[in-house]
Amino acid sequence: MTIYDTTTLGAAGVTGGRVGAAVETRANIMEATQAAEDAVLAPNDPGAFPHPLRAALAARVAALGGEPALAERHAARAGASAALADPAQDGTDQGLSHLVAFVDKVANDTRNIAAEDIAGLQTAGVADADIVRICELVAFVAYQLRVVAGLRLMQGAAA
Amino acid sequence: MSRVVHKFTRTVPTWQPRVTPVDLQQATKEQLEALQVTPSNTKVSAYVLTLAHDVESLKVRSPLFNAIMYDSGGMSRAEREIGALAASMVNRCIYCAAVHADRHAKLEKDTTVTDELFAKGENADLSQRDRAIFDFARKLSEAPTGATEDDMATLREAGLTEEEILDLILSSSLFGWANRLMHVLGDPVREEVPA
Repeated sequence: MTIYDTTTLGAAGVTGGRVGAAVETRANIMEATQAAEDAVLAPNDPGAFPHPLRAALAARVAALGGEPALAERHAARAGASAALADPAQDGTDQGLSHLVAFVDKVANDTRNIAAEDIAGLQTAGVADADIVRICELVAFVAYQLRVVAGLRLMQGAAA
Repeated sequence: MSRVVHKFTRTVPTWQPRVTPVDLQQATKEQLEALQVTPSNTKVSAYVLTLAHDVESLKVRSPLFNAIMYDSGGMSRAEREIGALAASMVNRCIYCAAVHADRHAKLEKDTTVTDELFAKGENADLSQRDRAIFDFARKLSEAPTGATEDDMATLREAGLTEEEILDLILSSSLFGWANRLMHVLGDPVREEVPA
């Protein structure tokens, strides 16, 4: 596997050239980004969130962030949870509306997250370890989709 | 008593978790390894103990963080701190903003830039280069599609190389991640000194 096979560079459409030359100077960072993706999307200990649900939520965050190519890559692993990748779904059908609302707020309205949001999850029965796990997942995708967006801008419209 | 800090400051507050951190006495072998706890080093921050709940992420994030912020070449360390600070201001992560404004001021041996940014936000009076860097990072932080081709052109006009632009994308995006842990999982607090 080369850095060009990573989800991030694949979604950004970086295959070499001028931008590839810059990215190759940070190959270690691209590899570590893929390792981080594997740790949040497919951890050995998934806690309360099975891998397909994680993939669906990652796809959802990417879709809401305006990165369909990244959303598609994550959605491919969403299996039975695929419905939640659609931002129009609020999780009610899956009994996960509290979780989906939290994911959307952490991803897109970070500044307004307050102590009540965490207390709400605890009241809904989400364990503290799972609150940390879901934050790591959303936070990683927030990073990844900005790297993808930035790399696409570097390549410019002609790329 | 402690109170929550709501205003941007370079004086780093205390971070108080909203969930119960991992208890070192009950930590698993994998957690202890990730925390690098040794008989001579048993002091671990509440933040790291909180993240130890997801030890697989913690293990891979630390080397990634260090590479993006500190590896040699590319953008200067101080300018990477502006990327980190812009994200932290957008996401109102008071703790992250304090740490990285303080680092910028120390690296530059000058508080002018961070004083301006905390006083005037996006209207701060900055050099052409700092302005281009801050604006790009701010827009990318507000929304992934917020930065435009014009903003990219402005970075190049300000003299940034491709390697520097990549480092800016990485450092500001990294704080899209860090802010969503620090600002979401805890509060920045200051101990009240009794009169």
